[in-house]
Amino acid sequence: MEANWSLARKRQALIERARIVQTIRAFFIDRDFLEVETPQRLPANAPEPHIDAVASGDWFLQTSPELCMKRLLAAGYPRLFQLGKVWRAGERGGRHLPEFTLLEWYRRDTDYHALMDDCEGLLRALVPGGSLTVAGRGINLAPQWERLTVVKAFTRHASVPLAAALASGRFEEILTSEVEPHLGSNAPIFLTEYPVELAALARPKPGDVSVAERFELYLGGIEVANAFSELTDPIEQRRRFLHDEAARRASGKVPAPLPEAFLRDLAALPAAAGIALGVDRLVMLLTGAERIDDVVAFTPDDL
Amino acid sequence: MYSCSDLKKGLKLLVDGEPHIIVGFDFAKPGKGQAIYKCKMRNMITGSIYDRSYRSGDSFEPAPLEEREMQYLYQDEVGYVFMDSKTFEQIHLSEETLGDDHYFIKDNMTVSILLFNGRGIGITLPNFVTLRVTKSDPWVKGDTAAGNSKPATVEGGFTLSVPPFVEEGELIQIDTRTGEYSTRVKG
Repeated sequence: MEANWSLARKRQALIERARIVQTIRAFFIDRDFLEVETPQRLPANAPEPHIDAVASGDWFLQTSPELCMKRLLAAGYPRLFQLGKVWRAGERGGRHLPEFTLLEWYRRDTDYHALMDDCEGLLRALVPGGSLTVAGRGINLAPQWERLTVVKAFTRHASVPLAAALASGRFEEILTSEVEPHLGSNAPIFLTEYPVELAALARPKPGDVSVAERFELYLGGIEVANAFSELTDPIEQRRRFLHDEAARRASGKVPAPLPEAFLRDLAALPAAAGIALGVDRLVMLLTGAERIDDVVAFTPDDL
Repeated sequence: MYSCSDLKKGLKLLVDGEPHIIVGFDFAKPGKGQAIYKCKMRNMITGSIYDRSYRSGDSFEPAPLEEREMQYLYQDEVGYVFMDSKTFEQIHLSEETLGDDHYFIKDNMTVSILLFNGRGIGITLPNFVTLRVTKSDPWVKGDTAAGNSKPATVEGGFTLSVPPFVEEGELIQIDTRTGEYSTRVKG
């Protein structure tokens, strides 16, 4: 019997992956973040219009550890991080696995600008040389990375303005086909200030409530991380959850219960910011892998 | 009917009244937004290839294709000739119609001919085919820089990645659905 080559050939990628995960962990421990493990099975996830949880008995596998992380923040923990698995039904492609590894970190008493600084520091720790090659192009990681609002990104790269893309329901289509390919091709870029209806857990920007303090980090056209200045108003959060849950039901999705314990604890949360970073995609970028399949030992197709 | 979650490479759909096969597939989902299913479609009649994006909620009709078992006979200037071994009826398919499948056709192989309104528009191969390696550079022991794989060419001209221990002249099994190396065959 010949050894399973599709597993054996991943040895170098898996060695690199382990090194990256160990560096991430050391980075946050050095900066006085507490590593935590929260439950993977939950009675309720945050209701997202376009994310479907995998049922597990009467409960659900987590689509993100965000709710438990924020409950800990609200209880007074100042800096937290977690590396773990999350599940999102039906998501499979060259950059998607239905089970993937998410890094989340949170800071109390600050906003999402502090997370941008963390991103720059983390990449510097992972790539001491300061530059990467993605799809044949050099990416310079030297700070400070550009911060580009969503509305400006559409003006710069898309065939229609943001308002028209939103009104026609083609925001995602135009973002993926016309905008994303240009994002972060020479240096990483933060796409900032999302329309408030696209950021269910983010706080509105002070002085402009039409946009939320949310950013996405892009490198080489690939979305790597999503961050918020957290919404800390439990009444507004409940209103948004109910709105999104109604939209889910209207589109025929399985009804999801509201995360009541989270809403209760949110009242105690001061200003805070949190971020979720796709570890598999980061490994892809750092190792030059073209498919997410190349940086995990097993995909669903191998099982 | 198919839904977006059924879309994948190799699926055959009826689009604008003509059968299409998905030859490339990717899934995009920018920032917690709606999923976009990006398909590279090949029109199975004209051979033209183009990109199309779909969104969750879209649905699709399967391509109404008949399948008929036939044996490969030979290649002539018009294309590849197959015969129904019961009725002795013969059918010609051009290299263009077959796409990459033509690399994996071997003498006397039995394949399923795909028929649309009685006309041959493609084939379904056996899932695995055994072919001889005609060209592959020897492996330099200890060279792991290339991720433990190297390129190889097999009879018929198809090239693929193989493990470093595969040598010229050996028989290997290839998965015809993906074009990927499966295993060595002792022969």
